[in-house]
Amino acid sequence: MPGASSWSFREEDSQRITVILSAFLRESNARTAMIVDRAGQMVSTVGEEPTFDPTAFASLTAADFSANDQLARMIGEPEFGSLFHQGEKESMYLADIARRVILVVLFDNRTTLGMVKLRVRQTVTDLRHVFEEMFTREPSGKPPVESGFMGEAEDEIDRLFGA
Amino acid sequence: MSMINYASREINCKLVYYGPGLGGKTTNLEFVFAKVAPNSRGKLISLATETERTLFFDFLPVDLGTIRGFKTRFHLYTVPGQVYYNASRKLILKGVDGVVFVADSQIERMEANIEAMQNLYDNMAQHGYNLTTIPFVIQYNKRDLPNAATIRELQAALNPGWAVEDPAKQRAVPDPYHEGDFLVEQIDGQWIERAPYFEAVAMSGDGVFDTLKAVSKQVLKSLGST
Repeated sequence: MPGASSWSFREEDSQRITVILSAFLRESNARTAMIVDRAGQMVSTVGEEPTFDPTAFASLTAADFSANDQLARMIGEPEFGSLFHQGEKESMYLADIARRVILVVLFDNRTTLGMVKLRVRQTVTDLRHVFEEMFTREPSGKPPVESGFMGEAEDEIDRLFGA
Repeated sequence: MSMINYASREINCKLVYYGPGLGGKTTNLEFVFAKVAPNSRGKLISLATETERTLFFDFLPVDLGTIRGFKTRFHLYTVPGQVYYNASRKLILKGVDGVVFVADSQIERMEANIEAMQNLYDNMAQHGYNLTTIPFVIQYNKRDLPNAATIRELQAALNPGWAVEDPAKQRAVPDPYHEGDFLVEQIDGQWIERAPYFEAVAMSGDGVFDTLKAVSKQVLKSLGST
């Protein structure tokens, strides 16, 4: 694809990530772990199902992380590898993975920031291996969607946006 | 950077509305939000100042439904138009799949349009993207105003075209949206290509969906190629 390259996330990728995130949640006692890509798309959610709109959440997370990246540069840091937002009951911890995706951890007072930070370190390393492998994978050479997709998608666009 | 998630069987594409301040980018999204069936779209999120100027971005997800087993969704973003918000404007372009440039047709806004277009090229280049190869359409908004410049003037200033170097693409391509016009044509021996354009009055919705349809079809077409 011209311009920005597209990437694909396979069933086996999802399984590997779920294993890593499930272990992390068990050890840290956090509620939910999510992977969001830097363009603002939700990739994966493990743990308690969030009650908020995940699409909006993902776009705001990516924007939050990008804005903080720029702030880091202004004060002479190449990046902030992680961010922490503290609430009264609910808090979130965000960590960069391979400069392409963001790990988001939601946790409450059943655990502590210290515990989350302690357990997240190994998780970030494990996830980095998985994503680096994913992003350097040779493209299959096949179009990402089957041939009938385009025609049906055009019909849907006409239906939704008016023919 | 569209992402195809084979695990959750989802395809998400990112469309960005770009252009000068007060040109109508947010109005485009508001009209889409108002007209698309509520079960086909998410919430419209606006990170705006108290005076409703876009501070960071507006965001609206629109669902196309499930196509060949894939839940297909467009993420529509606007950027802040004012010159001094360039840092946040650039961030929103990250991972973009298609761009709509919303120009303000008023003759007094010509300079602001040109500046915003140049800024778009620069910011895309800084991300390593090429505006001449990704889905890109231009919308001339506010066509109803008495001080609107002519389409010919706007095209000359904002959409003069870029050189087509690839011999395989050096053939005339008629503009499907404007009879008698061409998207690719030879002028003085030089092959040039222009972005498709649409006339609009975003306040009343004229041209809003024509623009969105054109760019979204281009984006899906690019998914069908390797």
